[in-house]
Amino acid sequence: MKAKPYMNPYLAGFLLGLVLLGTIYITGRGLGASGAFKSLVVAATQELTPQHAENAQFYREYAAENPGSPLRNWLVFEVIGVLIGAFFSGVIANRIGLKFEKGPKATNTARIIGAIIGGFLFGFGSQLGRGCTSGSALSGMAVMSFGGIITMLAIFGSGYALAYFFRKLWLK
Amino acid sequence: MGPLVPYIISNELNLILALIIGFCFGFVLEQAGFSSTKKLVGLFYGYDFTVLRVFFTAGVTAMVGVVLFQHYGLIDINLIYINPTFLRSAIVGGLVMGAGFIIGGFCPGTSVCAAAIGKLDAMLFIGGSILGVFAFTESYPLLKDFYMADDMGALTMYGQLGISRNLFAFLLTALAIMAFVATWLIEKRVNKHTAPLPKIWVSRYAFASLVPFVILAIVALLPGKQEIIENRIAEAKRQQKCVFHEINADKLADEIVHHYYRINVIDVRSPEAFEAFHLPMAVNIPLEEITERKWESVFKQKLKTNIFYADNDTTARMACLKAKFVGHSNNMVLSESAEEFNTMFFDLQEPDRAIASKKEINTYVFRKQAASDMLSLTEALKNIGKPVMVEVKPATGGCS
Repeated sequence: MKAKPYMNPYLAGFLLGLVLLGTIYITGRGLGASGAFKSLVVAATQELTPQHAENAQFYREYAAENPGSPLRNWLVFEVIGVLIGAFFSGVIANRIGLKFEKGPKATNTARIIGAIIGGFLFGFGSQLGRGCTSGSALSGMAVMSFGGIITMLAIFGSGYALAYFFRKLWLK
Repeated sequence: MGPLVPYIISNELNLILALIIGFCFGFVLEQAGFSSTKKLVGLFYGYDFTVLRVFFTAGVTAMVGVVLFQHYGLIDINLIYINPTFLRSAIVGGLVMGAGFIIGGFCPGTSVCAAAIGKLDAMLFIGGSILGVFAFTESYPLLKDFYMADDMGALTMYGQLGISRNLFAFLLTALAIMAFVATWLIEKRVNKHTAPLPKIWVSRYAFASLVPFVILAIVALLPGKQEIIENRIAEAKRQQKCVFHEINADKLADEIVHHYYRINVIDVRSPEAFEAFHLPMAVNIPLEEITERKWESVFKQKLKTNIFYADNDTTARMACLKAKFVGHSNNMVLSESAEEFNTMFFDLQEPDRAIASKKEINTYVFRKQAASDMLSLTEALKNIGKPVMVEVKPATGGCS
């Protein structure tokens, strides 16, 4: 069966905006994603090397600010929801299946290394910038936060500035 | 009034809601095509601007919604999490993320979506992200100074630009719509499409782009909740329809002594004046704070009568009027001022028994007794007499 076409982007954007608005109305804060990765990292560190987690500054401060399990966190639950929601959407649109997506000219190795390094940079940058595209840029824009909008401009500005150098990964 | 957490929705239920909200978030992202890395990076090469369309439409929708909600008093903006600004780390973090975006082809939210439908490259990206976060948490002691530099607090963009909130919302909406048109033209050239947009869609898009402007115009031109309350008060004053139920000091003292549990004595003066002297059992709700969310429970109840007092009659009556429009409580005004009450009860002059009338002596005895009763009552009920002070904290969160 053929995959169904994607939703009209403006309609999708409007619906996403309503989800964000509802989130702000209900919880007083926006959406997020990278925060859940952080919770996962903290939880794993506490589990695997409890001694290190007690000594290293970051985990100490994190535990002091967030009592209880790091996984008992709003963003962790939200990201689990994202997984389910996206899977559900994929099922009804026939897009489920193990796939490895890359640019037409990119080699498999290049894509694998690129995905890992890109992820690494995004993960690192999201911690430094206090949020990723969802938590900082999108949610920041909704509440007109100066920092959020600056981060958004920096993300897209740097993406455009570097696009030329990585064109072989993506273009024909 | 929002946000609903933690007043109406408990923190536990909030986690369940997080699942539901996440579900909607993931569903919409996947439907929009954000689970495809080629679609995402298309933004940077001009062949597919879906990301920009979805992103800006979502941002504008939510922003206009927040402005509208606040205008009609549905949401308390002071409790909303506004991402704090740490200028240096915001810029450098953003630049690093941009590099990650173009090299990895995802951002964290979209990689989760893509992994959910089985994209292997997205799973690698998530693995890389987790390593990146780990690298940050491990090198935190080295990065901390930089991370914490330029702490500017929860700044807003319109504040920084020195323009009004509404004007900024208006400009950003206009900018988004211009970007939609421009990127559509770019996309057409890059992909060498020649087919024009069907007419029906042109009018649909034109209509849709009018909606945010209409909402912003409503917010700019029509009175909001605060103004509506003020107008109603002005109207009531003009028509001289206000009926104030007054209570005199002796009666109030009697109420405090015998029925403290069925009244709220409310001091609407400034906190300093309250600190200097206040009536026994009184709570301090300055006049300008009456419409604030944290006092809602005082004005939206019918079990206790609210009794207002101030330094003068006008202020106390104003408070009483305001309270009437905020909630539906039973409200009364103390006829005497705070100062007068103080003199009557705590600065009592004993009348000369030889020449004073019996009434004067009775009043003296009553006030003397009431004063000491009120003081011992305040002492006894130090903690339980007052309504529970709700500590209102702005929501924290976001992605950080």
